[in-house]
Amino acid sequence: MVKVNGADLDLAGKTVSAYLETTDYDPRRIAVERNGDIVLKSQYDVTVLEDGDRLEIVSFVGGG
Amino acid sequence: MIPSQKEWAEALIARQGKDLCQRFSSAAVAICGLGGLGSNIAVALARAGIGKLLLIDHDRVDITNLHRQQYKADQIGLFKTDALAAILAEIAPYTEVKTVREKLTEKNFAEHLKEAAVVCEAFDDAEAKAMLVNGILEQLPECFLVAASGMAGMDTPNTIRTRKITKRFYLCGDEVSEVSDAMGLVAPRVMLCAAHQAQIVLRILAGEYEV
Repeated sequence: MVKVNGADLDLAGKTVSAYLETTDYDPRRIAVERNGDIVLKSQYDVTVLEDGDRLEIVSFVGGG
Repeated sequence: MIPSQKEWAEALIARQGKDLCQRFSSAAVAICGLGGLGSNIAVALARAGIGKLLLIDHDRVDITNLHRQQYKADQIGLFKTDALAAILAEIAPYTEVKTVREKLTEKNFAEHLKEAAVVCEAFDDAEAKAMLVNGILEQLPECFLVAASGMAGMDTPNTIRTRKITKRFYLCGDEVSEVSDAMGLVAPRVMLCAAHQAQIVLRILAGEYEV
């Protein structure tokens, strides 16, 4: 299981990109942390999620 | 009559204590975007005695800014960097202010922000926010980052909060209330979010890293 923003999801073996494609996240508006470290945007395609990973996806909205 | 720098320092020490004043006065903090968030963050940090503020914005003060930003009617048309520097000089004359009148991009942000111990992301645009946050986390690993997302509208003030996302990345706001044609920004809610950001900056400088 991979914990994504607090929820357990069955994502082990999938890449960050593959997961993001199943969501409504706009890739231009997000930052992705995996186990406390930023995932480089250039690495979304090759970062494979592992059992026990914690993923935090921050999605920004406009206003300031 | 403006007090001397010595009187100023003594007054801050009397209110905040010597340890905090030393930490604050020796710190450099960058504020990226000088709108509803950034102008309010800057005023709060200047009052607290931050030694150096780096103010970054490429825009001018517009009449539509005045309902939530610190600028004054007679500053419409001025660059925000210049207008805010003038306001801060009146509020806290011994705070060093450096202004950068440029649009921050993926190419130039690291050079502009390298001297800052803490960076406040205070942009309006969601993609600009994401660009800066990703860029700082990737390229400035020593820097603390305090960003904001979600503070529009007339919702309750009690949903504005701060989350610690990683060791050096804090996020303030309700994370959902986006600006739209139907939902604008109102001063108190934006100021609440700015106050969260400013308080987290002070806590980081004080060595208090939990939220």
